[in-house]
Amino acid sequence: MTIVENLRFLGHRIVNAVWRIGYASRFFMMILFYSGTSFRRFHLTIKELFSSGVMSLIIILVAGTFVGMVLGLQGYETLKRYGSESALGSLVALSLVRELGPVLAALLFASRAGSAMTAEIGLMKATEQISAMEMMAINPIARVVAPRFWAGVISMPLLSALFSAMGVFGGYVVGVVLIGVDQGSFWSQMQAGVDFQHDIVNGMLKSFVFGVAVTAIALFEGYDAPPTAEGVSGATTRTVVESSLTILFLDFILTAFMFQGG
Amino acid sequence: MSSQALVEIRDVNFAYDSRPILKGVNLTFPKGKVIAVMGGSGCGKTTLLQLIGGALKPSSGYVKVDGQVIHELDHKGLYRMRRRMGMLFQFGALFTDMSVYDNVAFQMREHTDLPEEIIRDLVLMKLHAVGLRGTHHLMPAELSGGMARRVALARTVALDPMLIMYDEPFAGLDPISLTVVGNLIRRLNDALGATSVVVTHDVQESLKLVDYIYFIANGVVVAEGTPAEISISDKPFVHQFVHGEMDGPVPFHYPSSDYGQDLNLQPRR
Repeated sequence: MTIVENLRFLGHRIVNAVWRIGYASRFFMMILFYSGTSFRRFHLTIKELFSSGVMSLIIILVAGTFVGMVLGLQGYETLKRYGSESALGSLVALSLVRELGPVLAALLFASRAGSAMTAEIGLMKATEQISAMEMMAINPIARVVAPRFWAGVISMPLLSALFSAMGVFGGYVVGVVLIGVDQGSFWSQMQAGVDFQHDIVNGMLKSFVFGVAVTAIALFEGYDAPPTAEGVSGATTRTVVESSLTILFLDFILTAFMFQGG
Repeated sequence: MSSQALVEIRDVNFAYDSRPILKGVNLTFPKGKVIAVMGGSGCGKTTLLQLIGGALKPSSGYVKVDGQVIHELDHKGLYRMRRRMGMLFQFGALFTDMSVYDNVAFQMREHTDLPEEIIRDLVLMKLHAVGLRGTHHLMPAELSGGMARRVALARTVALDPMLIMYDEPFAGLDPISLTVVGNLIRRLNDALGATSVVVTHDVQESLKLVDYIYFIANGVVVAEGTPAEISISDKPFVHQFVHGEMDGPVPFHYPSSDYGQDLNLQPRR
């Protein structure tokens, strides 16, 4: 009896999971389908760019600076052993634009802006604002969800670029100003070591993909949240967990394609 | 009466999964009238509004609004119909990220190409009608419950709908706000020449303001009539409901097993 019950429970979970993936995919397609409004009435997207992008600036800039400073310190310690401290600029910049910039900025974005999006949409649903909009013959996906999606997708690469820029600045402060690495070699090594196409464009591409993933997850979780306090808090937690894992998983896949050891 | 009916609900059955909510109900809402749909909590009143608004589809039967069967409309047709309906949600459902002014202007901006000066005049007129012109710059969080309900009412009638639906408009209001909202429902309906459906369990307020009342219990219409007929009705359910009696056709106790058995009491020998 218990085996049958367990099997039934397992089957139920699997069916639910598959159903949810299908529902999420359909939701994503609906966002794309109803995206016209976000561009025709771009001021709606700009408003969301402010709340998800501009409001995340502080955390991104501060975190970027500290990560760059740590890279400067650790990089100097390691490079010193091989007598190649002059490569510090190249090490800091490559680590940031290829990996740390896109990944850490996306993780911070997921916890700062993604969770806020989920909570906002979830609460709008719980207080019947979404239903009210539907009853006014206004499509909530077009009016509420799509502008937030595009705001996230646009702001993610920009935030990631700012994160990397601040990181390079942090690395410069620690490496050149505090430790005393030669300024000329710091910048020239960076210029020689970083390729625009291979490193910067690929890094930006990564953060674009992360932007799509994080925002889509955050919006779906909010839209799908049970309309209760518990439901919204659960959805917010799921947003952070799911998007963090998705970012790291996608990062591995994208890195494997982009930098196949070449 | 049916030729003048704005809303016709015929033999509608509706079930959530396998739990039946409505079992073959028939209701008619004539044009220009204010109709109350009453019944205890969870009897299917709100479901009825969702069926009229096309948010739910009946398992069988149909809901006809202005001659069109709602569940047969496509997405565009349904949205076109909804533009001519207004719905006041239980707690107003104002958009919390917008000011009172923007809330009332919302549908005008979304559905019309009116210039901003005209929208401004219209918004102030709608707010004046509910007595809250002076609040246009406030945010919903700065309003009391009664004021929020009135602002939501102004937003509901922003596009002069032909049908206005109210989901528990009196819930949680103080006596003054309750009278104000009650009067507004009647006055707005008559001024706009609209038809109103008020889903409520506030008997005394409804008897004062509506033209006709339907009682729903256990998914069927158990009584109907004008306020005068209802207040003298001797049907057990209506009597219990109107007079707020504790026990009657709606029992005080939820069905359960024998009380003595539950407490493990032995019969005295």
